[in-house]
Amino acid sequence: MKIAAVILALVVGLVLQSTLAGLRIGGTTAVNLVLVVVVYGALSFGAAGGLVIGTVGGLMQDALAGGIIGIGGFAKTLVGFLVGWLGAQFIVSQPLPRFVMFFAATILHEACTQALYAVVESRAFRLPYPATLTQAFVNALVGVLAFQFVERGPQVLARRRARSASLGRRHY
Amino acid sequence: MLELQGTQPLRQRTGVLFVLLLVGHLILISAQVQSRSGVPVLEAVTFGVFSRVQLAFAAVVDFGRNTWGNYVGLRGARAENEALKRQLADLEIRLQEQRALAARTQQLQQLLDLQQSTALPTVAAEVIAGNPNPGILTVTVNRGSSDGVKTDMAVISPKGIVGRVVGRPAAHAARVQLLIDPAAAAAAVIERSRAGGMVAGVDEDPPLQLQLVSNLADVVVGDAVVSSGTDGVYPRGFAIGTVEKSERGHGLYRAIAVRPAVEFSSIEEVLIVLVPARPAAPRAEPAATPTERAK
Repeated sequence: MKIAAVILALVVGLVLQSTLAGLRIGGTTAVNLVLVVVVYGALSFGAAGGLVIGTVGGLMQDALAGGIIGIGGFAKTLVGFLVGWLGAQFIVSQPLPRFVMFFAATILHEACTQALYAVVESRAFRLPYPATLTQAFVNALVGVLAFQFVERGPQVLARRRARSASLGRRHY
Repeated sequence: MLELQGTQPLRQRTGVLFVLLLVGHLILISAQVQSRSGVPVLEAVTFGVFSRVQLAFAAVVDFGRNTWGNYVGLRGARAENEALKRQLADLEIRLQEQRALAARTQQLQQLLDLQQSTALPTVAAEVIAGNPNPGILTVTVNRGSSDGVKTDMAVISPKGIVGRVVGRPAAHAARVQLLIDPAAAAAAVIERSRAGGMVAGVDEDPPLQLQLVSNLADVVVGDAVVSSGTDGVYPRGFAIGTVEKSERGHGLYRAIAVRPAVEFSSIEEVLIVLVPARPAAPRAEPAATPTERAK
């Protein structure tokens, strides 16, 4: 069930990502939903789950992107493992720590990707800080919201249903 | 505790998986990237790494081969070296023997030539001993009375006069007094000027003196001194030596030093002239000597 949910999340993330490909800030995509899924999975399932999700998601994203297959996989595997490991070391059940994790993971992912491209294309390392920070912020925001939605969504729905039911039983 | 023991291998497996995945990604990336030379990076890296491995393997193989060749393979070298040294020593001894044999053959050849060139009856003899008594210069030869050797017979060599037989010869041995013995003497003549005198052994260097030669005689350094034959012992015309010093004497006679023709320290084979000594003849004009005939 969990695996299916993860795969489904990755597919959804990829579809949305390809849809939002035009949304760019400073030459970089404003949000990376696959990365959000990877970090989410790492925080949820630990280092092992994080690196597997990162590998799968990265390779899928690379395959769809048409570039060099492996760079995104490498970066997301690294990010997934580190986030999963850090998530096991610290308490990240609150929105702020999660926000920080998403934020840092995005910067690490972008830095790793740019470094790999710099090596492969034999060019200088270049990290567009405004776009990277923006993407990190958006990713962190999306990730925290996703956590909130997944964790609190059922409770909110149940509460609304309960309120609706109580209102329906009132007879004036 | 159980939880700790269970999580440790899991972490290790995760770490191993992490490393493997990263390496796998790198390989995947390298397979798609061309190097500057146009060769895929994966191929270039693989070839580079594999060449390093091959290099290391070759170094190990070379090391093993060199170790085997230089150390293990030379286990028998010491014994072989000893055997070769022994063989070399044997060969050196053989070489010396051959050289000695060749020298002896040459001496014998010279002796044979002398024996054939002279009309005198001779018998070849080998020096078998020296004289242990210092101051008396005699040698012992392996011919004696059974070979016809008698007292006062002359002993010669290809180089010249050696001495004479002294004492009563044994059946197969005889004692020979060398000409350089202070008690020995021989009638001699300067070959060039025919100035006559007597050669006698002295305890000096050179060990021969030509005595009884007039101050008026024509004797110069380098003149050859030969036997005159007038002493009744030595046949005439055989070389005795070379004038090394010729000075006017205080009395009637010149002081003449003669360097012997024979190397007395290395006499090995000689000829004994089987002509009995005769009384000394008065000095007369000698006939042609063997040296003159040779000239």
